[in-house]
Amino acid sequence: MTDHSTTPEDTGALLSVSGVDIGYRTGRRTETTIVRDVSLDLYPGQSLALVGESGCGKTTLGLGLLRLLPRTGRISAGRILFRRKDGRRVDVRTLGKEELRRFRWNEAAMVFQGAMNAFNPVLRIEDHFTDTFRAHESGRGRRPRARILERSAELLEMLHLDPARVLRAHPHELSGGMRQRALIALALALEPQLLILDEPTTALDVLTQRAIVERLAELRERLGFSMVFITHDLGLAAELSDRVATMYAGRLIETGTTRDIFHRPRHPYTSALINSVPSVSGGRTLPESLPGGPPSLAALPPGCSFAPRCAHALDRCSRTRPEPELLQERDRGMSHAAACLRSTDTALFAEGATRD
Amino acid sequence: MTDRTLRTTPPPAPETTAADGGPAAAQPVLTLRGVRREFDTPRGRISAVAGVDLDVRPGSVVCLVGESGCGKTTTARIAAGLTAPSGGSVLFRGRDVAAMDKRERAGFRRSVQYIHQDPYASLNPVRTVWSTVTAGLRRHRMVGGRAEARGAAAELLERVDLTPAEDYLDKYPHQMSGGQRQRVAVARALAMNPQVVIADESTSMLDVSIRVSMLNTLGRLRDELGVGFLFITHDLAVARYFAWEGEVAVMYLGRVVEHGPTPRVVGDPRHPYTRALVSAVCEPDPDLARGGERFRLRSADVPDLTDPPPGCDFHPRCPLHEAGDCDTVRPPLVRHRDRSLSCHVVTRG
Repeated sequence: MTDHSTTPEDTGALLSVSGVDIGYRTGRRTETTIVRDVSLDLYPGQSLALVGESGCGKTTLGLGLLRLLPRTGRISAGRILFRRKDGRRVDVRTLGKEELRRFRWNEAAMVFQGAMNAFNPVLRIEDHFTDTFRAHESGRGRRPRARILERSAELLEMLHLDPARVLRAHPHELSGGMRQRALIALALALEPQLLILDEPTTALDVLTQRAIVERLAELRERLGFSMVFITHDLGLAAELSDRVATMYAGRLIETGTTRDIFHRPRHPYTSALINSVPSVSGGRTLPESLPGGPPSLAALPPGCSFAPRCAHALDRCSRTRPEPELLQERDRGMSHAAACLRSTDTALFAEGATRD
Repeated sequence: MTDRTLRTTPPPAPETTAADGGPAAAQPVLTLRGVRREFDTPRGRISAVAGVDLDVRPGSVVCLVGESGCGKTTTARIAAGLTAPSGGSVLFRGRDVAAMDKRERAGFRRSVQYIHQDPYASLNPVRTVWSTVTAGLRRHRMVGGRAEARGAAAELLERVDLTPAEDYLDKYPHQMSGGQRQRVAVARALAMNPQVVIADESTSMLDVSIRVSMLNTLGRLRDELGVGFLFITHDLAVARYFAWEGEVAVMYLGRVVEHGPTPRVVGDPRHPYTRALVSAVCEPDPDLARGGERFRLRSADVPDLTDPPPGCDFHPRCPLHEAGDCDTVRPPLVRHRDRSLSCHVVTRG
């Protein structure tokens, strides 16, 4: 299953990740593996939510997909196949410096966490747009400044921002929500096929969150890009994704359609995450807390990483690490799978099933 | 003497649930009366808080809800005595804080504690946990020596579920997670044995999984120690959970626009702004999230505070607005059935 010597069959996926490990250098000779054996396929137009608590490797995986890891990080195993606009498939891991520059923003772009810090505070928003076009458009296709500004204005309008005001503004003159929307417009500048968003609504208030959720849904409809968004907000995942992948201690422990995950979760961690979100409507079902925190990635417990916090753990859970088990097979990467020794224990998950 | 401001609105009903004989029947420990605060900015004077009345009672919660920039934090800071109001007054156990002498004021400061939003910024990075938690106790000479202070710190840490306390006493903030830091901030507030805790978005930076256990910890302090809470949040789902037996006051551009018992305000919001807030929450259920029709605002952005609109502050964004009243007369906050409400259209019906 982890034979990477031959290119796997083309299934039409935009992004095909298999067996990816990502580690950070933590000492002279030591490396800590943050992301372990991650495999997933993303098809054109799909929206995937990557959910989990802080420190489970979500952001590292997102950065790894675009080779944006800090100097101490590296992808130590696996393959990240991406279907370019011209139809050729490339392994992002093998791209050279120049190819990488053309890959980023043209093919895949990222909206980083914390809209406050993502802009250069001394540049106007229009300069960020012109810089981006200049840096990532290839020689022949380069457009003149007037065309760049025209395109930037179009993008800002799609995000319900007033281009006349926003383009001339410095980042500090915009509210947090406006900045985040401007950042999304910037990421879409070169019409990438894939947009990765890291906690796009965290630290914004609900009405601003709502505006961003609606704009993203509209844009996806209109421009047809695929999306991977990283979040610990399960509400956002329920709203914006077709599929959800739950991450814990560096591994994907459950993947499925958004309905599978929210109505029929088969990993206790996924259901604990869902049950911890307070709801504003319906009966007064109290959210439940999930005690403890994720384990240190440098010293993972034997067996299932979640076992020490799991309310349903058995003796064997702390001895055997569960492999993902296919629960429901579907095409286009929509299958439901969970890595839990008790994932087929229907009695255990009966409660979760009655949520819908 | 308690009210030196001109107000167009009558003081809203503090009698919310008094008839039930519930906790709300107790005398308020902290009261805001017609509190106002203006700030001068290079672009002109803005009115951050424009006449707010609130009562916080022992063991009960008042939740202040609204968008960034609506004046929640300024109101909270005024309530805690960290910012002086430009008008109106803050009463602690019936005494006007502005009229207190130095000794009384110190007592007020000890009894009303503030927990900041950002646990990464609110703890001194070069102090250990025990030093941070007992700084107030040592400052007010409420503990003897170092050993006694450490003992007091250990007790406080256990009360906020940082157990075993010995593991945390000598840690520095950078060695702890966001949730643990926020618990340290809570322990520091508790050290003073407060009667009121003012929590400003204290859970919004935490992971969902930690948020609920943090709210449970705060809820225990409310129920077991009878601490009154002024709880600031932008998330009505959090307000609904934490303040179920208390009240919610929704603020818009410095004024309370809807105020009443939590289950009523969140379960059946009447002000169009509250309706928008409730309907904006992302529900953890894909069917709910996509099924229901949403109550949409006409504009996502808050108007310029230096040039507020005429009439009702909310009318440029309000989907219900009617020409005539809404754009000329500011609606007063009036009693409307089970709550206080400031909206021409809804109170007319």
